[in-house]
Amino acid sequence: MLILTHLWIIPLLPLLGAAANGLFGARWKNSVINSVALGSTGLSFLAVLELLREFLELRPEQLPLPAQKYFTWITAGSFRAGFDLQVDQLTVVMLLVVTGVGFLIHVYSTGYMVQEGGYYRFFSYLNLFMFFMLVLVLAANYTLLFVGWEGVGLSSYLLIGFYFLKRSASDAGKKAFIVNRIGDFGFMLGMFLLFRTFGTLDFAPLFARAAPLPPDSFGQFGTLTVACLLLFMGAIGKSAQLPLYVWLPDAMEGPTPVSALIHAATMVTAGVYVVARSHILFIHALTAMLVVAVVGCATAFYAATIGLVQNDIKKVLAYSTVSQLGYMFLACGVGAFSAGIFHLMTHSFFKALLFLAAGSVIHSLGGEQDIRRMGGLARKIRWTWLTMLAATLAIAGAPGFSGFFSKDAILFAAVGGEHAGPWLYAFGLLTALLTSFYMFRVIFLTFHGKPRFDEKHVHVHESPKSMLVPLAILAVLSLAGGWMAAPSFWGGSDHFARFLEPVFRHTGAPEAASGAATEAAGRTLELQLAGVAVFTALLGFFVAWWFYIRRPEKPKRLAESLRGVYTTLLNKYYVDELYAAVIVRPLVWISTTVLWQRVDDRGIDGAVNGVADGATALGDRFRRVQSGNTRSYAVWVVIGALLVLFVIFWPLLGPALGLVHRTL
Amino acid sequence: MTLAGGHLLTILIFLPAMGALALLFLRGDDHEWIRRLALIVSLVEFLFSLWLVAAVPIGSAGYHLQEFHPWIASPPIHYHLGVDGISLFLVILTTFLTTVSILASWKSIHLRVKGFFAMLLLLETGVVGVFLSLDLFLFFLFWEVMLLPMYFLIGIWGHERRIYAALKFVLYTMAGSILMLVGIVWLYTISGTFDLPMLQNMLQTGFLALSPRAELILFLAFFLAFAIKVPLFPLHTWLPDAHVEAPTAGSILLAGVLLKMGTYGMIRFCLPLFPNASRRAAPFVAVLAIIGIIYGALVALVQPNLKKLVAYSSVSHLGFVVLGIFAFHTISMQGAVFQMLAHGVSTGALFLLVGMLYDRRHTFDISEFGGLATPMPRLAAFFLFVVLSSLGLPMLNGFVGEFLILLGTFQVHANWAAWAALGVILSACYLLWSYQRVFFGEAANEKNKAQPDLSPREKWILVTIAFVTLWMGVGSADFTRRFAASCDAVLSQMRRPQAYEAISIRPVNPAHTPESPAPHPSAISTPTERPAR
Repeated sequence: MLILTHLWIIPLLPLLGAAANGLFGARWKNSVINSVALGSTGLSFLAVLELLREFLELRPEQLPLPAQKYFTWITAGSFRAGFDLQVDQLTVVMLLVVTGVGFLIHVYSTGYMVQEGGYYRFFSYLNLFMFFMLVLVLAANYTLLFVGWEGVGLSSYLLIGFYFLKRSASDAGKKAFIVNRIGDFGFMLGMFLLFRTFGTLDFAPLFARAAPLPPDSFGQFGTLTVACLLLFMGAIGKSAQLPLYVWLPDAMEGPTPVSALIHAATMVTAGVYVVARSHILFIHALTAMLVVAVVGCATAFYAATIGLVQNDIKKVLAYSTVSQLGYMFLACGVGAFSAGIFHLMTHSFFKALLFLAAGSVIHSLGGEQDIRRMGGLARKIRWTWLTMLAATLAIAGAPGFSGFFSKDAILFAAVGGEHAGPWLYAFGLLTALLTSFYMFRVIFLTFHGKPRFDEKHVHVHESPKSMLVPLAILAVLSLAGGWMAAPSFWGGSDHFARFLEPVFRHTGAPEAASGAATEAAGRTLELQLAGVAVFTALLGFFVAWWFYIRRPEKPKRLAESLRGVYTTLLNKYYVDELYAAVIVRPLVWISTTVLWQRVDDRGIDGAVNGVADGATALGDRFRRVQSGNTRSYAVWVVIGALLVLFVIFWPLLGPALGLVHRTL
Repeated sequence: MTLAGGHLLTILIFLPAMGALALLFLRGDDHEWIRRLALIVSLVEFLFSLWLVAAVPIGSAGYHLQEFHPWIASPPIHYHLGVDGISLFLVILTTFLTTVSILASWKSIHLRVKGFFAMLLLLETGVVGVFLSLDLFLFFLFWEVMLLPMYFLIGIWGHERRIYAALKFVLYTMAGSILMLVGIVWLYTISGTFDLPMLQNMLQTGFLALSPRAELILFLAFFLAFAIKVPLFPLHTWLPDAHVEAPTAGSILLAGVLLKMGTYGMIRFCLPLFPNASRRAAPFVAVLAIIGIIYGALVALVQPNLKKLVAYSSVSHLGFVVLGIFAFHTISMQGAVFQMLAHGVSTGALFLLVGMLYDRRHTFDISEFGGLATPMPRLAAFFLFVVLSSLGLPMLNGFVGEFLILLGTFQVHANWAAWAALGVILSACYLLWSYQRVFFGEAANEKNKAQPDLSPREKWILVTIAFVTLWMGVGSADFTRRFAASCDAVLSQMRRPQAYEAISIRPVNPAHTPESPAPHPSAISTPTERPAR
C-alpha cells in the first residue's frame, strides 16, 4: 500500500524534475538533464505500475477509495478547495496512459532534441507538463482539476512557443492559451454553478448529491444541463472541438515530441476525461449529452475533410487528432463513456506513434515536413516505415489493430447506445472512410512512389535507437492494445469495460448492460457493423492507393476540376480568417479608436481637462477684478458689505415683510 | 497584548517619518548612505509590521492593538488606531513594497537622492496611517498627508509630462477628498463623533439612524473619494498618466498600495456606515466595476506604451475588487481583500520589471523592444512568471482572488460574474500579446542585443517577489483565514433585518424539491460558520 496511500509521489516526481532542470539545467551536461528528466518520469511510471498492482489487489468493498487530503489550498466562507487526490479505475487508466506514453516520449526526445538549443528548458517544460497532467487526472475536486487544466495549458503555451525566435511559434503558443481561456471561461462558470447548486466542488459529495436528482428532460435547460454545457465549453477548448479547435493545428509549431505527447496523446484528451469524470452530471442532462454527441460527430467529420488535402505531415496528423477527439466525444455523448475512454487510450498509442514516426521522417530528411517533397522512403528508413504503417493500420481500423476495436465500440454505441442516432452513425462511418483515406495518402506519399526530394543534398538516415525503441513499443501497443477490450465474440472478454464498469455503472452503458435477451441480437448487429467498418477502411485504402500509387496524376486533376472545394479545404474553410475578420480585428479597432481614443482620451479626459480649463478661465476672470484701482476695490467692499448685511438680516426679513404685509 | 509597549501601531506609522527626518542629517551627496539608511528603516518597518500577525488572532473580527488618546477636545478628535484582519495585510503589503521600491530605485535615481528617499518614507507614513486610523478625522489627515509625497515623487522624479500628471493626480484626488471631508463633518454634526467604532456601534444599536436620503448623500460623498482612488470607471483617467510619468518606485507604490486605499475605504467605511445606501448603489457600482474590468482590459490591449498597458490592467483588476465588495457575499468579499494583496504584489512586480526595462532602454514603447528573451533570459523568465500570476494562473496569487470574487459574486448575481469573467479571457490576451512583442522573436533592434541580464540586486528582489507570489497562490488559506472574520463582520453589519431580502438567495433550479439532498449555500455565512482548519 505504498503508492495508494501516498498518491502525491506520482505528480511530485516530475515537478521535482522540472524544478531541478529549470533552475540548474543551464549549467548541466545533457546526460545529467536526461537522467533527471527520464528518472523523474520513469519513477513516476513505475509508481503508477505499483499503484495498479495495489489497486487490483483491493477487495471490492474497499472501493471507491476516499480522497486523500493534503492541505487546504483555498478557503473562504463555505468554500474549500483542497489539494486532494483520489484514484479510481478511470484515473488508473489515465495515469497509465500519461506516465507510460509520457515516459516513452521523454526517451524519444533525448534523441530528437539533442541538437536543439535550450535542451534543459525543453525537458523542464516537459516534466512540468507531466506534473500538471497528473494533477489533472488525480484531482479529487473541480478546483484542483482546474489547476492541472490551466497548468497543462501553460506547459502547452511554453512548448508550442519553444522556438520563440520564430514569429509563427510564439503566435501559435499565444493563440493556444487564449483560445483555451475562452473555453475556461465556460468551465469556470460551470464550476460556480455547480458550487451554487451543490455547495461543494469535491467530486464525491457533489456526485452523490447529483445522482438521485431527476434528470433534466430533453430541451429543458435546468441547472445540470446548463452546468454540463458550461463544463463542455471548457472541454471544447481543451480538446480542440468545433468551434474552438483552431489552436491545435497551429500548435504543430512546437517540437514534434510535444505534438505527440501534449497535442495528441494526453493533454487534448483532458476534455474527454472531464466529461467522463462528470458523467453523473451529464446523464442528468439529455440536451447536453446530445450537444456533446453532435459537436463530437461534427468535429470528427469536419476535421477529417480538412485532413484530406493538407500537405504538411504534421498538419494532417493534427486534423486527424481533432477528428479522433470528436469520436471520443461522440462516444461520451451517446452514453458509451468507457468506449470513449478506450478510444482515448488506443488513440494515445497510435497517434503518439504517428507523430513520433512523422518526427523520425522529418528528422531523417533534415527538417522537411511537406509530404509533396517526400516519397520512396520505405526502404531507407525501414523501422520508421514499419512502425508508422502499424499506427496507420490502427487508426484506419484494420481488423485486430487497436483502433479497430475502439472505433467499432463507438460506432456500435452510436447505433445501439442509449442516445444513439442514425445520423451520428452515418457521419461516424463516413469519417472512418476519410480517416483511412488521408492516412494512407500520407503513407503512400511519404514512403512509396518515387522520391520527390533532392536526393543529392538530402542524406536520408534512420533515426537513433533512442527514437526507434519508443516507436517499436508504441507499435506493439497499437497492434495489441485493443485486445484487452475485445468483446467476447472476438475471443476476448472485454476486460477494459469491466474494469471501468464501477465508475460508469450509473450510465447503463450499452457494452456493459446488454441483457441476455438482447445479447444475441447485439452480437449479430455488432458483427454486421464491424463488417461495414472494415469495408469502409478498405475502401479508403483503395481510393488512396488508386490516387497516389496507381494514378499519381489524378489528384491534381481532381483538385483542378473541384477547385472551389479543394481550396476551401486547403484553407481550412477559412475559419481562421473568419475569426480574424469577425472577432479579432473589430475588437482591436473598437479598443483603439472608440474606447481608447474617443471615450478615454477625448470623452472622459476631455471633460476632465475641460473642467480644469474652465476653472483656469474663471480664475482668469477673477484675476482681472484685482485691477489695482482703489476706487474699484471700494465698490467691491461696499457690495460685499451689503451682501453680508443681507445674509445676517435674512432671518428677520421674513417677519419684517410679513409685518409690512399685515400693516398694508 | 503589550507588543512594543502597546505602541506598535504608532511606531509603524511614525518610524518611516523619523527615518525621513534622519535622512536630512546626512550629506546630500552621500548617496550610498542615504540609500542604506532608507533601506534599513524600511526593513525595520517591515519586520515590525510582521509582528502584527501575532496580534490579530485567527477568527477574531475586532480591532486590535488599539491606541486611544484624546487629541483635540472640541470637536472631539481622537488619536485612535487599531488593526484588524483586513488592514493587517495591507500594512504588511505597504511595508514590503516600500522596501522593494527603495531597492528598485537604488541605481535609477541620481537627482536629489535625499529628497527622493525621504519622500518614499513619508509616503509610507501616510499610507500606513490611513490603514490604521480608526478616527475619521485622523483617517482624512493621513489620506491627505499621503498625497504630498506622491505629488513630489511624480512631479520631481517623473518623466517628460510629470507636472501635468502630478497635478492631475492631486486635483483628481482632492476633488474626491473634499467631498469626503464634507461627509465626515456632516456625519459628525449628526452623530457628535469622529470615532469609527463608536459610529458603528451607534448604528448597530439603532442609537443613530440616518434618513435614507442623508445616508445616500453621505455614502456618495465617501464613495466618490474612494472610487477616484481605486480608480473606478469612469474616474480612472488620472491613473495612466500618473503611472507613465511616475518613477518606478512611485508606480510600484501607486499601483501596489495607493489604489487599495480606495477599496479599503469602501470596505471600512462605506459598507458598515451606510449599509442601505450601499445596497441601493450596488447594482450601479457593479455595472461600473464590470465596465471597468472589460474596458480597462480592452484599452490595455491596444496600448503602445508598456507602462500604460500595465496601468490600464490595474483598472481592470481593481474592477474585480470593487465587484467583489459590492456583491456582499462572504466569499467574494474575502476574494476582494485577497485580490487587493495579490494585485499589489503582482502589479508592483510588473512595474518593477517595466522599470528594469526602462533602466536599460530608456523607453516604454513596446515597438522599441522585441526579442529581449535572448539577451536577458532571466528577466524574461521572471517577467513571464509575473505575467502568469497577473493573468490568474492557478497556484499563483492572482488566481485565488479572481476566482473567489467570481465564485462569490456568482452565488448572488450570476450575470455579474459571467460578465466579469470575460476579463479572465482578456487579461490573457493583453498580457501574452505584449509579452510576445517584448520578449519573443529575433532582437531586430540593435540596442536590444547587448543589454545586460539581471544584476544580483534585481535578481534577489525578484526571487523574493516570486516566492511571495507562489506562497500566496498555494497557501492562500494562510491569508484568508486571518481576514475571514473581519470580512464577515463587515457583512454582518450590513445585514439588518429590514433589508435582508435584498441579499437572500433564490434557488437556481425550481426543480429542486426540499427532499433533494442539495443544500444551498447560504448567501452570507455567519462568522461562526467558517470551516475549521
